[in-house]
Formats: sequence, C-alpha cells, structure tokens
Amino acid sequence: MKSDTMSFATIGRFWFPVLALVIPLAIIVVVTGQFGGLSIQRTVVEMLISIVIVVGLYVFVGNSGIISFGHATFMAIAAYASAWQTCCEMLKPITMSGLPPFLRDQSIPLLPSAVVSVLLAGGAAFLTGLVIMRLTGLAASISTLAVLFILNVVYSNWDSVTMGSASIVGLPTYVTAWLALGCAVFAIVIAYLYQTSAFGLAIRATREDEVAAAASGISLYWSRLIAFTLSGFMVGLGGVLQAHYLGTVSINSFFLSFTFLALAMLIVGGMGSLAGAVVGVVVITAMVDIFRRLEGGISIGAEQWSLPAGTQELIIAAFMLLILVFRKDGIMAGREMTLPEQEQREKGLING
Amino acid sequence: MANIVQVLVDAIALGSLYALVALAIGLVFGVMRLVNFAQADYITIGAYALVVPTASVTPPLLLGALPSALMIGGVLVVVMALALLTERVAFRPLRNSNPSTLLISSFAVSYFLQNLVMLIHTGRPKSVGIGQGLANAVEIGGVRVPGIQLLTMVVTAGLLVALVLFLKKTPIGIQMRAAAENFQMARLLGMPANRVIALAFAISGLLGGAVSLLLTIQTGTLDLRMGLMPVVYAFFATVIGGMGSLPGAALGGFLVGVASVLLQTYLPADLRPFRDAGVFMMVILILLVRPQGLIVTSAAKERV
Repeated sequence: MKSDTMSFATIGRFWFPVLALVIPLAIIVVVTGQFGGLSIQRTVVEMLISIVIVVGLYVFVGNSGIISFGHATFMAIAAYASAWQTCCEMLKPITMSGLPPFLRDQSIPLLPSAVVSVLLAGGAAFLTGLVIMRLTGLAASISTLAVLFILNVVYSNWDSVTMGSASIVGLPTYVTAWLALGCAVFAIVIAYLYQTSAFGLAIRATREDEVAAAASGISLYWSRLIAFTLSGFMVGLGGVLQAHYLGTVSINSFFLSFTFLALAMLIVGGMGSLAGAVVGVVVITAMVDIFRRLEGGISIGAEQWSLPAGTQELIIAAFMLLILVFRKDGIMAGREMTLPEQEQREKGLING
Repeated sequence: MANIVQVLVDAIALGSLYALVALAIGLVFGVMRLVNFAQADYITIGAYALVVPTASVTPPLLLGALPSALMIGGVLVVVMALALLTERVAFRPLRNSNPSTLLISSFAVSYFLQNLVMLIHTGRPKSVGIGQGLANAVEIGGVRVPGIQLLTMVVTAGLLVALVLFLKKTPIGIQMRAAAENFQMARLLGMPANRVIALAFAISGLLGGAVSLLLTIQTGTLDLRMGLMPVVYAFFATVIGGMGSLPGAALGGFLVGVASVLLQTYLPADLRPFRDAGVFMMVILILLVRPQGLIVTSAAKERV
C-alpha cells in the first residue's frame, strides 16, 4: 500500500472526532454572530469558555475515572493571578495593598500575564497532585474537596491581596467569541492528543482496571499526576478567559455551585469521552439559558408568566440524577464522534 | 488551668458533634460505598422544619412551637423520612454503580435539596429561638460549661453507646456490620439488603436530626449552608479515620473537632480566619503519612 494515500486517509480518520466537534461549534459562532441577538451571543461565549473548563476537567476526571471537586481551585488561582497583573492600576495600591510592589504598582501586558496565570494554575495543580495522587479513588476525590475549601478559606480572608469575598472589578475584557472559540478548539485538540498518546492510553487503562494496569507496568501515581497537571493548566486557561470576559473576579464564583455545574456538564454528556464533555456543555448551557429566560418571565398573549427563581437549579439537578439512573454513562456513553464505517470497523475488531 | 479545661470542654463538645455526623456518613458508606453529600441537607432541612416557610427573617415556629419531646420527635421523624426518601428515589436505582457515580449522585441530590429549601424558605438566614434555657452555663468543679455543650456531650455519648450496642448486640446490627465488611458475601448468607440499607439511612437521618437540633440551639440561626461545614468536616473525618471503619469515623470526627478548637484558641488573632484551612491541610498531611487512614479495614482494599 502506498504510504502517502494511506497516511492521508489515516490522518482524516484520526482527526475526525475533533473535527466533528469543532466544526459545529464554529458554525454556531458564525450563525449567532450574524443573526443572533446580544443575549444569545453572550450565552455562546459563556458556552465556549465552559467548554475550555469542562474539557480541562475531563482530561483528569474522564481519563482517570476519579471525580475531582477541586478544579475550581486552579481556575480561581489563574483568574486571581490575572487580576493582580492586569486589573485597575489606579486602585490596586489601595484595594490590594498587600501585593508585592512589582504587581501593585504596574500592570503587565495581557498576553504574558495570561501565560503566567495559566502556568501558575498548572504549577498549583502539579503541587497538589504530588500529594493527592498518592491516594486512591474516593479518598482522592474527598481530598480535592479539601483543596477547594482550603483555597476558598484563604482567598476569602486574605483581604489585603484578594479583597476578601468582595469582587475585584475592572479587569480588561478582551474575550470575544472568536478568541473563546480559538481557546475551545485548542483545549479540544490538546485533550484529544493527550488521550490518544501513550500517557493517555496508560491512564485510561488505570481507569478500567487499576490492578491490571499496575501489573502491566503502568504507574498509577505518575499517570494520574500528569493528567491532573495538564488539566490544571487547561482549567486555568478557562479561569483567565472567564475573568477577562466578565471583567470581575470573585471567590464565591469558584466554589460549590460552580463545581456542581461543571461536573453536571461532564456527567450529562458522559465523562468517558471528549465528545461527551463537549456535548454536555452544550446541552446544559442550553437548558440553563432556557430556564433562566423562563424565570425572567415571558409573555404568552396578554399573560405575563414566569417560573419561580431557583427552578433552573432544581431542574438541572433532577436532570443529572435522571441521566445517572437511566443512562449512567451520559448522552455519548463514552463514544467519540465517529464515521459510520469507522464504527463498524471498530465493532468488527472487537467481535473478531 | 481552668482555661485549659475550658478549651478541652469546647474541643470535646465540637469533636463529639463532628463524630456524630461522621458516624452517619460512615454507616451509609459502609453498607453501600456511598459518600453522602446530602447528609448536609438532612441537617439543614431538619432545622428548617422548626419554622413555617415564609420570607421573614424571624419566622413563626412550626415544629419548634411544640413541646420539647414532640419537637424533638418531629424533627427526627422529618429527617429520617427525608433520608429514606432520598435512598428510595435517588440511591436505590444506583446501588450497583461504582463509588464515583454514587458520590456524584449524592452531590446532585444535595444540590437539589439545597435549592428546594431556598425555593421554599428563601435564601436569607433566619433566627429561631428554641431551647433558650440551655444557654445558661452550669458550673462544674470551677469550670463554667454552657448547657448546650453539656447537652451535646451527653447526647453524643448516649447515641454512641446506643449505636455500639445496636451494632454489636442486635441481629440486624450484626447484619449491618457484615454488609460493611463484604456486602456480596453477607447477601449470599441471607442478609436482607434493602432492609439493612434502609436502616442505615434511617440511622443517618436520626443522627442528622440530632445534629440539626443541637446546632440550632447552639447558634439560634437557620442558614441554607448550616449543614455544610459539619458534613465537610465529617467527610475528612471518615477519610482520616479510614474509609469503611466506624470507630475510625468517630475517632476522625473527634480529631478534626479538637484540632479546630485548638487552632481557634491558639492561633494568633490575625491568622484565626484561616483556621479551617489549617484543619484541612492537616487532613491532607495525615493522608500523606497514612493514605489508608488511621484505622485500616479489610473492606478498604478492593478485592481483585
């Protein structure tokens, strides 16, 4: 067989799961950019940022099978780091007087500050992972919860640097739909490359069977630590994007409600595949948006009608429970987007 | 000297409260490998059952208006019913799922209940006055102990003894311990799975109800998240005690409670707000030294 034609088809087949996710997202951005109202456009950007975050979360949770409640920590670290570097130069010496002088008295350009913030989040994930990845399944999950609480307590009370539980307002808002799309595509590509790499296959093996994987010479500790660190970088990127999209940073937006929503997205779509992570974000974002509008009130004819505030949270939680009970592996059930003939080939492989 | 005794009393009172919550978590974990986030909402809802649902910050009393015995009974029944309901609706269909799925589902149940309370009672903290007489201090051997702390210790000690007797002496208690040891095997030997699991939830509800009463008398306020911190502490308690070990859960509960009070007392004033972070850091450090927890059970290691 000729190598060049073969490789072309192979490359196409290899990248199909990514393209099948990225192209619809790009279409959504183009269409809503042309025809959608402002509020739809906002929802789309929020959705793209959520994709960065949830795909980042998926890199660890989906591949390792260990639930993490701690990823909002790394988002918060990146978002605050970015705020310290870029926010409100005039006010900083007063509101955040505890910052070291090189941060307090000047602003750092946007790109380097974003890079530094993301690196900081990844570094924090690496350090936490060094400790937590020594633990097994549930104990590790609960320890990530401890990490979330530690950061929340520290940032809520470290008034001179984080302004306590108040919001930091006035970050430059440079995140557009196209930038968010670019970052979402970047996150998807990274996650896909990782899960198809040797490291990715190794950690997926530990997810299916810890003992067998360890017996095949895979280090549970290192494979998980790598995934945890990579996913720390990625949610860090999500944190920076969110901070510079909303223009404000507040520690309470990185706590349990947010963690719940991110996990709900991952579980509903199906935590076993990249496609599941992305589909979950799209579905939950759409649901949240619809119910938020209904809570805001709509008029049917002359009647003004609205759902009581809080219905949206109840419905999301109930929906997630229904998915867990009736379709436990989520909407995508661990599958990637594949070409029909490819799927058959894979089935054939399994059967034969 | 009296000061140290005072601190010790505080520490033991808080430790025993956390031990109660940790036992509730540990019991349910034992029989179905479920780390139950919703325990926080059992506590919260038990406390909210004391008042009539209104938007007011000083709501009229509902169960709280009844005579003490009926009030206590009412709250316990409400919370036990709630625990059984969540078991039946949410957790029973998931019984054979892996622990991660169960953990996530309990997170969803908790989120659901919390928002339900918010929908019914609004999100504002409320004040409620029950058991005011207990605020008075009792003097014992030169140490003034607030009545509520004394009550907490007595209630905890009583419930602990009752629980131990139940688990060691009654047939169903023995079945429950067998289920915690090896669920499959116990089932093959005729352990009634549904009844044992339902009973574990009922007991966790009972303990949750007791905690919500103690907390409400102590603070005099109702808050959507009042159950959260005790349950998070209890999670860490069960992890450092050794998952699946009931004595471990109680021991862990005492440890985190005592550590919390000691840090509160002896940290310099400007570091005190960071107390919880200190306790949680300690949890992670203990796990670093003993990843399986302090008391390792045979059930903690997965069989191949």
